[in-house]
Amino acid sequence: MAKIIVDGVEVDVPPEYTLLQAAEAAGAEIPRFCFHERLSIAGNCRMCLVEVKGAPKPVASCAWGVRDCRPGPNGEPPEILTKSGTVKKAREGVMEFLLINHPLDCPICDQGGQCDLQDQAMAYGVDTTRFHENKRAVMDKYLGPLIKTSMNRCIHCTRCIRFTTEVAGVEDLGAIWRGEDMEITSYLEKALGSELQSNAADLCPVGALTHKPEAFHYRPWELAKTDSVDIMDAVGSAIRVDSRGREVMRILPRVNEDVNEEWITDKARHIVDGLRLQRLDRPFVRENGRLRVASWQEAFAAIAAKVKGTSPDRIGAIVGDLAAVEETYALKLLMQGLGVRNVDARQDGSIVSPAHGRGSYLFNSTIAGIEDADAILIIGSNPRIEASLVNVRIRKRWRIAPPPIALIGEQVDLTYPYEYLGAGPDSLAELVAGRHSFAEKLKEAKRPLVIVGPGALARPDGLAILSAAASLAQGVGAIAEGWNGFSVLHTAASRVGALDLGFVPGEGGKTAIEMAQGGVDVLFNLGADEIDITPGAFVIYQGTHGDKGAHRADVILPAATYTEKSGTYVNIEGRAQMANRAAFAPGDAREDWAILRALSDVLGQRLPFDSLNALRQKLYGEFPHFAALDRVTPADAASAVTALAGLGGAAGREAFASPVKDFYLTNPIARASGVMAECSALAREIRLEAAE
Amino acid sequence: MAVRKLAPDDIQPKSFAFSPENEAWAEGQIAKYPAGRQASAVISLLWRAQEQSGGWLPRRAIEAVAAKLDMATIRVMEVATFYTMFNLEPVGKYFIQFCGTTPCVLRGAGDIKKVLERRVGEQNHVSADGKFSWLEVECLGACCNAPMVQINDDYYEDLTTETFETLLDDLAAGRPVKTGPQNGRHASEPQDDIKTLQDPKLYDGSMIGAWRKRFEEEAVKTADTGEAAAATASVPEGGKAAKPPAGRPEESKAAETPATRAKAGETPIHPADRKEASDPSKATKIDPETQDKAKPAPQSDKSYVATPSKPEAGRPVPDAPTTPIAGTPPSDADTRRDGSESKPGVTVDKDNKTS
Repeated sequence: MAKIIVDGVEVDVPPEYTLLQAAEAAGAEIPRFCFHERLSIAGNCRMCLVEVKGAPKPVASCAWGVRDCRPGPNGEPPEILTKSGTVKKAREGVMEFLLINHPLDCPICDQGGQCDLQDQAMAYGVDTTRFHENKRAVMDKYLGPLIKTSMNRCIHCTRCIRFTTEVAGVEDLGAIWRGEDMEITSYLEKALGSELQSNAADLCPVGALTHKPEAFHYRPWELAKTDSVDIMDAVGSAIRVDSRGREVMRILPRVNEDVNEEWITDKARHIVDGLRLQRLDRPFVRENGRLRVASWQEAFAAIAAKVKGTSPDRIGAIVGDLAAVEETYALKLLMQGLGVRNVDARQDGSIVSPAHGRGSYLFNSTIAGIEDADAILIIGSNPRIEASLVNVRIRKRWRIAPPPIALIGEQVDLTYPYEYLGAGPDSLAELVAGRHSFAEKLKEAKRPLVIVGPGALARPDGLAILSAAASLAQGVGAIAEGWNGFSVLHTAASRVGALDLGFVPGEGGKTAIEMAQGGVDVLFNLGADEIDITPGAFVIYQGTHGDKGAHRADVILPAATYTEKSGTYVNIEGRAQMANRAAFAPGDAREDWAILRALSDVLGQRLPFDSLNALRQKLYGEFPHFAALDRVTPADAASAVTALAGLGGAAGREAFASPVKDFYLTNPIARASGVMAECSALAREIRLEAAE
Repeated sequence: MAVRKLAPDDIQPKSFAFSPENEAWAEGQIAKYPAGRQASAVISLLWRAQEQSGGWLPRRAIEAVAAKLDMATIRVMEVATFYTMFNLEPVGKYFIQFCGTTPCVLRGAGDIKKVLERRVGEQNHVSADGKFSWLEVECLGACCNAPMVQINDDYYEDLTTETFETLLDDLAAGRPVKTGPQNGRHASEPQDDIKTLQDPKLYDGSMIGAWRKRFEEEAVKTADTGEAAAATASVPEGGKAAKPPAGRPEESKAAETPATRAKAGETPIHPADRKEASDPSKATKIDPETQDKAKPAPQSDKSYVATPSKPEAGRPVPDAPTTPIAGTPPSDADTRRDGSESKPGVTVDKDNKTS
């Protein structure tokens, strides 16, 4: 630890701290534009100047280490001043230079009200300019459908360049020309090719990069802010949903060091328009092959009539990817009441199951734990599109000090180099048998990490593959005291919660695929839109969007999306998190648990709760870990892995293929979004170009 | 800086590939750097690509260099656009970089520029015959041969409008031209007196302080005419500055060189003696006449870094840190930050207005 005096306050900080961090530790506020905790240090905005005793000039505190300071003449700790006259003058000077070329268009700028430059000009600037020449003018750049540029406003902090290069891992942005003429652009103004690009606009301290889909739609002070959690993938990123009146206006990331740090994917952020398009706002009943608007009573009556005449063996229920724990629990209780054993939450045909223990389907290492891993093997997954923020963590780990990383599956660009071991189970078998050199690297590692993705699990021989992966993990010592390196990756936000609830076929029950292929006569579909249901069965679809599930339905029950209800979601790590209501569902749509409660009454199997709180009370009684919000309830992974490894089985030869074919269109909300459609079309174009 | 832009699409070549010999040369450049650091060769490769493409860098060349060095294209683009010596638009067969910095302008670069504007046309445009284009650049470091231009790789110096016109005519006609000074000089030697350096006055010490004498003479002249007392005020007075007093040439050890010693028949100084002589602690060695000179050079006790905590032997540690507080305006301080005192007799005009 090193001592340093900040404004007369002596603090003890680690010597590798910068002066800026030391000043913050001492409670002094340092303004900054280019500095960002999660990016490399650029030191080019000069806003963070402080005075160091003994230095002839003010120094940039973001780029000056505490250990670089000389002590005083008699060995006193080094001293810095952050509030002296010199510092004030220096800040005013820097601010004046920054504003020389910055246009005075705050009234028409989307950053207005949330602008670092605006705030800091108020706090540290002067109220006049001495610059009488013309301001610089810069052509706006095209950077794709998500980022709107207004390059006159750019102050050349290079945060966007550093973000795309370092965190997102695509070297698309750069600064061409030089000096006053410097311009931020992509090569020949190509659209950015990252699934995280919108974060660059968040990082922009001025209004140069703003979110294109939200342009001119709101002012930040008009919005009501609701903390929530993202369900576009199974990572469970922390988000903030900003709404105005009944409408969700935007989604922003929240800081959650354990999960998403402070990034979210473009899909998590820009499906906002999908929340209001293609919505089911009233019940429908199919009559003579056509869906017609009905009342809730009519819809329930139609269901009751059908269910009453069907044996429980021929009734089934499928839970989709976006369902919260509460409605899955309500549906489970309802199906239990009806004596139905055909229930499944794995519409993709995955073989993960609570039968082998909770540790067999969780991301046991935790996402933050990836940073501790010293060898990583990815089996049957493309984490970049299946769980982008897991990929960001792996990349972060790779940037700290490259560990051996290998992949079995589709050979794709993961933004970091890896050893490609093969396409399918054969390569995995080689590795398990220790016939590949990478097995040695895994063995040598102290904390090896084996990630098994949906590409390896959502197939008939998935259990054999999972077993092989488990025995590999066991063989290389991935399960040890204080380290659990056997991690399963999911893509559906509802998956872990449903598995925790045991929403899988009971004894003799049919799986989702069997049900969809005519195994049942009455199928209750809770928002499963990625499964093809063959004609014949009577399908009750409870969901939010007029998507595939609704088209096939005989009765449609309109429900609420994740921004319109309070719901618990468990992410891949087993972390229960609560999504909160930011707006109300449109029209007659209701919260899912309430629909199921009302339906249960009509079916004569009244559920034992009348409010969400009562439901949760019962849920927490049965499954206490759902009450431990925001914490990971670790599973007994050692026994689960042993159990899995003991299963054995013969895997096929087919190559692993990611179930996510189009990152931007994985669920009904995203498919309803125009922005996502545009992104998807562009990504397809880029892929085609790359293929040429 | 002149406005630079990429050449329009219709004149961009459709492809670019290094010629076999350039390819081999590029491999050699890359091999200079450790494995994985091949991007360090980007400037040399871009330069060679520019030479191969006739003096400018087409887009395809930038992409080819990026592919060769396994860099993102935008990273190579950043380099190519940063350095103004990479031309991003076609240039003439003879690319004239015309120096427009002060020394050249004082020696008549303005007229040279007029010639260029008349004969070649606007800056950054290739002449109709494709032979010439020109660009005004900052100092090319040949001020003693001003005015000058650089045409492709060669300097053409000591230009007059006539010689420059001739030069352009010769180039246009394909006649051989002489590089370097165009007025008969060999290099940058004095034009009329080629033996200046043999003047004994340079070495006998009589020139020392000559500049001060000249100032004083001029001051007397201006005082006689009764104008501008301020002119004298700007001349430093007294012996405060570490410069020899005016008009009294004194012997200076610094002027004693091995050559002069040899000339005077003295033996060369042994390096050990020299070292000993420079040691201030050896008082006996000090020549009484030049005692002042033998003292160690006055050291400023001002330092840009904090005084080391371990004091040097024999030197007292100052009671208070003497480093001035950064940002103190010079006029407020007794001593200025460079250690000198304000010049006596000079009133600082804070508003910086001419009275």
